[in-house]
Order: sequence, then structure tokens, then C-alpha cells
Amino acid sequence: MAEEVDIIDQVVGQEYKYGFTTNIEMETAPKGLTEDTIRFISSKKTEPEWMLEYRLKAFRYWQSLSSPSWQNFSYPAVDYQDIIYYAAPKEKITLDSLDQVDPELLKTFEKLGISLSEQKRLTGVAVDAVFDSVSIATTFKDQLKEKGIIFCSMSEAVHEHPDLVKKYLSSVVPYTDNFFAALNAAVFSDGSFVYIPKGVRCPMELSTYFRINAENTGQFERTLIIADEGSYVSYLEGCTAPMRDENQLHAAVVELVALENAEIKYSTVQNWYPGDKNGKGGIYNFVTKRGICLGDYAKISWTQVETGSAITWKYPSCILKGDHSVGEFFSVAVTNNMQQADTGTKMIHIGKNTKSRIVSKGISAGKSHNTYRGLVKVNKKADKARNHTQCDSMLIGDRSGAHTFPYIEINNKSAMVEHEASTSKIGEDQIFYCNQRGIGTEEAIGLIVNGFCREVLNQLPMEFAVEAQKLLAVSLEGSVG
Amino acid sequence: MLEIKDLKAEIEGKIILNGINLVVKPGEVHAVMGPNGAGKSTLSAVLAGRADYTVTGGEVSFNGKDLLEMSPEDRAREGVFLAFQYPVEIPGVSTTNFLKTAINEKRKYLGLEPMEATAFLKFMREKMELMEMDKALTSRSLNEGFSGGEKKRNEVFQMAMLEPKLTIMDETDSGLDIDALRLVSAGVNKLKDGERSFVVITHYQRLLDYIVPDFVHVLYKGRIVKSGDASLAKELEAKGYDWIKAEVEQGANT
Ligand SMILES: Nc1ncnc2c1ncn2[C@@H]1O[C@H](COP(=O)(O)OP(=O)(O)OP(=O)(O)O)[C@@H](O)[C@H]1O
Ligand SMILES: [Mg+2]
Repeated sequence: MAEEVDIIDQVVGQEYKYGFTTNIEMETAPKGLTEDTIRFISSKKTEPEWMLEYRLKAFRYWQSLSSPSWQNFSYPAVDYQDIIYYAAPKEKITLDSLDQVDPELLKTFEKLGISLSEQKRLTGVAVDAVFDSVSIATTFKDQLKEKGIIFCSMSEAVHEHPDLVKKYLSSVVPYTDNFFAALNAAVFSDGSFVYIPKGVRCPMELSTYFRINAENTGQFERTLIIADEGSYVSYLEGCTAPMRDENQLHAAVVELVALENAEIKYSTVQNWYPGDKNGKGGIYNFVTKRGICLGDYAKISWTQVETGSAITWKYPSCILKGDHSVGEFFSVAVTNNMQQADTGTKMIHIGKNTKSRIVSKGISAGKSHNTYRGLVKVNKKADKARNHTQCDSMLIGDRSGAHTFPYIEINNKSAMVEHEASTSKIGEDQIFYCNQRGIGTEEAIGLIVNGFCREVLNQLPMEFAVEAQKLLAVSLEGSVG
Repeated sequence: MLEIKDLKAEIEGKIILNGINLVVKPGEVHAVMGPNGAGKSTLSAVLAGRADYTVTGGEVSFNGKDLLEMSPEDRAREGVFLAFQYPVEIPGVSTTNFLKTAINEKRKYLGLEPMEATAFLKFMREKMELMEMDKALTSRSLNEGFSGGEKKRNEVFQMAMLEPKLTIMDETDSGLDIDALRLVSAGVNKLKDGERSFVVITHYQRLLDYIVPDFVHVLYKGRIVKSGDASLAKELEAKGYDWIKAEVEQGANT
């Protein structure tokens, strides 16, 4: 037994393999948050006046708010004056060519398994790489352009496609939505912008890879995806950060707009640094993600695999405005050691015959806590709305916790809303059974957990499903002692 | 192949195995019988390396290696297979995927390359034919919602796939209907090759009509109290255990 514990200790010791830092000269905004910080960010991006105005309005609103406290976890108060709101590699970046990207940065992304050189990249996936506050490179831009698809950084979109940005930015998540949405609107740095024109099926997966590198820096990216009538796009985001002792804040906003008959599939593989096993360091992941099915028969599908972050606090949601529109939420949230996750979704049924489906799989190990919080709301006029919710929790060991808070608000009698929930425990019997077939304990847990999450993992694009499976196994290493 | 010397084990301070001696040579089939609670499952669990039991004495060598020193997974990779009395369910993991993982973990241990998907599927098809396994079962989640008999058949199928040197079957015949019993026994007999050995734990002579043992042992109160050939099983079937228990008590009194 003693030997076993040693092995587990070793595994825990090497837990987070993306924890390295890149040494590169950075240009940063001075610490703290004032109107000047916002003007600084805006001028760095040579933004038009309307953008600066928007930011300042959001900032003034944010100042009037205090940080929320209804969550099912505790965390030390964040000192918003102790954060750097903008950090960018000093080297001048030319977005057109990879040759001009600092080789250190390319190496960083190679190390993360993201090759930005298109020849080496998996065919069929275009990547936008965001390093701290700026987008480093976007691949396959030209091929996408031929179909009229826009895939670029948010900063670029503000300059090149101001009409689209003005029309849709903040239309799904207004800055008045919540504390972190207001903060993000004030200081957002970069992120991806996607527009799929009418009737176009995006021929490849679009993907953004976020990397926090600089110290004391927050990451506030903003993503906006618009799928015009009858179009389709599948988008994936991934993220990692170095191991640092202090907590870092990640407060992103993602907005999705699906017009008539359009479909957006948004997948996240979140692997921010979770902190060490005593709960020191790690990312606070406070993200607002929301999509709206504006047109009839539109569909938005969120899939998330959440393994990282010290605290995750997010509810990717769907507003089902168009008649017959569909919202889906597939989630796997894993917490280990001292991690905490409070995550779920909101499905707001507004149109007639709208349908939503929620599948949530929470896995808690160590002393972690994992909460599902979901709202299904059916408005008065949403005749024949349908929802099916399934929440399964799995506990590993006996010091972790799983909690489920389903909220249901129904204002139309024809609605049909179903909720199923279950809690299970990885049994020693299951592990021993695997052992007896020659499968070691770590692999056995990986296998059992992957089986538990099968339904959700099946939603991910092939390449990422494999990555996500590995990630699940890695994040639970050492969870059984 | 397997040499058990004076093996003693306890759980929560309670002595369950109290000096087991057993030698199994390559190619042999040993039947282990005995009343409920005698320690048969405990013996199989201790051999497989279940951590709940504490070995308090004795030795077990398997092909010259100290079995008790090895982790459960290494014992399996060395060729010990336990067909469980109560196989567990693993939702979301297909038998196919489970076995592929198991086989490749074993190959890794033996320093072999992992088996490629196509080669694996071909190998599996062959074994399925051999064991007359239903295709629908292997694509479903491992044991989930399987009937009692289906679980047992799946155990024997896994054994065929993993090609162990030593198989311990813990009441694999319990819960099988007559046809399944015949299929399972036929499967086991097909795997006999003069090298592989079997320890068959059972309560019923019926199974031993199909899988004919070279030796029959009676386990009682944590000890092997009687050994004989196949005819001993027939005697037990006819007379029950009372006469053996009496013999043991008598032995204890003299
Ligand atoms: N966890 C445990 N705690 C206490 N006693 C146990 C435990 N596990 C097993 N035992 C006891 O050990 C003894 C042997 O059990 P075992 O399962 O090995 O018997 P068996 O010979 O396989 O019986 P059966 O024929 O009913 O399957 C029984 O008295 C049982 O109650
Ligand atoms: Mg038993």
C-alpha cells in the first residue's frame, strides 16, 4: 500500500504539463483599472471612437456593481486593481504571415500541440491562436475567404467589418448582463470573430486556442460568431496557462447568433491551470457564454469538457427565440484536489415548438466540489416547448461533493419538461475488475470516467474527442489513494 | 505453474484462509468445492490480488515468480485470469474497447507493440466464433444490463481473448441455463491445450461432467480438507458435506 501511495504522489507531482512559461518581451498596461487603462487598451488597438465609447460606458456601469455572491463555492475576493489588463508580445506582429511571428511564440504553441504552420496542422481545422491579450495568427484564412467566411481576431474585425461588429456585438450578452460581462466589455483584449454567410457550410472546424502567459494578467477575450441563414459552423476553443502561485482571472464573453435554419456547434476543451493540490494558484474561470437562435429552425449546441481552473463559473446558454429552434448543452466537468466548479446552462424558450436538451456529467475527486446549476424557462407564448435534462454525478473517493440545482420556470401549460438525475461512485469493485484484466488503476479510472462521459464526448469533433479523453485521464491522475 | 504453500489470509481481523496448500501443474484442471462461506471466493480473490484481504502467511509462486509480491494488474499480465462470481458493470465502456485496452496493457508489459485496430477486430471475431458469442453483447456497455448468464458467458469470452495461463473460475456455472452451461464448458474445453491450467470453483457436479477435473478438492473453514479425483465430486453430490465436516471435527479432536 505504501508503494501505491508513492506512485500516486509522483503522478500528482507531474500533474499539469502545460505549466511552462514563455520568455518573451511583453508590453503591458500599468496595473489596475481606471478610465486611462481603457483608453490605453483602445489606443493600442487603434480602435475607432465608437468602440472606445462602448468600453467606457461598460466601465462606468461596472463601477456601479459589486461582485456577485450567489454561487455555491467560496473564493478570496479578487483585487481588480492588482491585475494587468493588457499584455502583448512586444515584437510587432503582422497578421498576414507566420514568418514574422516571434519564433518563441511559435515554439510555445508547438509545445502545446498546436502547430500554426498550415502544412503541419491537421487538415480540416483552422486555428486562431491568442497569446495573452492578442491574436498571434489565424490559419487557413484565404481558403475560408473564398467561401465568404470571415475568421479573424476581434481586433481585426473591429477595423475590417465594423458593420457586423456594431450590429451584433453585445446583442446577446449586453454589458449590463452581469458583473463579469461588464468588466469584459470594458477591457476585452482579443478573441475570435466568425461570420458564415448565407447557405454556406463551413468546410473545416474553426478553432481558437487561448494561452495565458504573462504574470498578474487577466485574460478577457471576446468571441462573436454569426451564422447567417442556412449556414453551419463547428467551432472549438482550447486553453491552457502556466503554473503560477497567484490566481489569475479569466473573464471571457462569447456570443453566438444563429439566424434562420443556421446551426452553430460550439465546443470547449478547457484546461486552464487548476492550481496545485493544496489549492494554491490556478485560474478563476468566470465566463459568460450565450447564444441566440434568432431565426426559425435555428440550432445552437454547446459542448464543454471542463477539466482545468481553480474555480469554474459558467453557464453557456441558449435563447430559443425562433420557432422550432433547438438548444443543446452537453457538459463534462471534472474537479480534483481543491478545484470547484459551478456550471450548467440556461435554456430560455421563447418561440413555439422550441426544443432543448441538457446532458451534464459531473465528476468530483479529491476534496473538490462540483455543482450543476441549470435553468429551463418557458415563456408564455412558447407553445409546446420541450426540454429534457439529464444530470449525472460521479464521485471518486469520499471527500468530494456533487450538487445539483435545477431551476424550472414554466409559464405555458403545453410545455413538457423532464429532469433525470443520478449520483454514482467509482467502486473499488470496478477498479479491481479492470486491474484483474491487466488494466492499471490510473487507466481504469480513465476508462470508467470516459465511459461515464461517453454521451458528451461523442459530441466533440473526432480529433478533439481523443484529446479530451486523454485530458480526463490526466486530470484525475492520483485521485484514488 | 501454481504453487500455494500454507497460505493464510484474513479480513478485518477475521481469519478466512487458514493454511492452504495446492499445486497446479501445466495443463491440469482442479475443481474446488466446499460449503458456502468456506473461503473459495476468498482464495480466488487473494490469488488475484484483491487489497481488502491481508495475507498473513504462506507463499504463492506462479511460474517461478512470487505472486503475492505483484500488483493485481501485473498478475493478470503474467497470465492469471479470474472469472468473477459477480462480474461488475462498467457503463459506457464497450466490451470491445475494454478488451482492447486490456490486451494492449498486457502487450505493453510484455514489451510488445500495441495491437492495431484491424488486427484486434479480426482476432476478436475469431474468438467470438470460437466461443459462439453474440455480437450484440460485445458492442454494448460492459456487463451493463446483461442477464446473469450473459455476464458469465462474457467472463469466459474475456478469458478466451486474454489467453491466460491460469484461469480461476468462481462459480461460473451458477446462473447458467443448460444450453449456456454447455456453451461455456465447450468454450473452456476448446482453450485446453495441455499448457493452460484451470481452477474451477463450483457447487455442482453437473459442470464437472463437461469440464472433467484431474483433481477435486474440498475447502472447508479455510483449509483444503480432502482431495481426490473426479469421483470425489460425485460422492459429494450424493452425500453432501456432512461426512467431511464430521471427519474434520474428528481429526481436530484426536
Ligand atoms: N469483507 C468481509 N468482512 C467480513 N467477513 C468476510 C468478508 N468477506 C468475506 N467474509 C467472510 O469470509 C468467509 C468466506 O467467504 P467466501 O466468499 O470466500 O466464501 P465462499 O466459499 O466463496 O462461499 P460461497 O460458496 O457462498 O460463494 C465467509 O464467512 C464470509 O462471510
Ligand atoms: Mg464464493
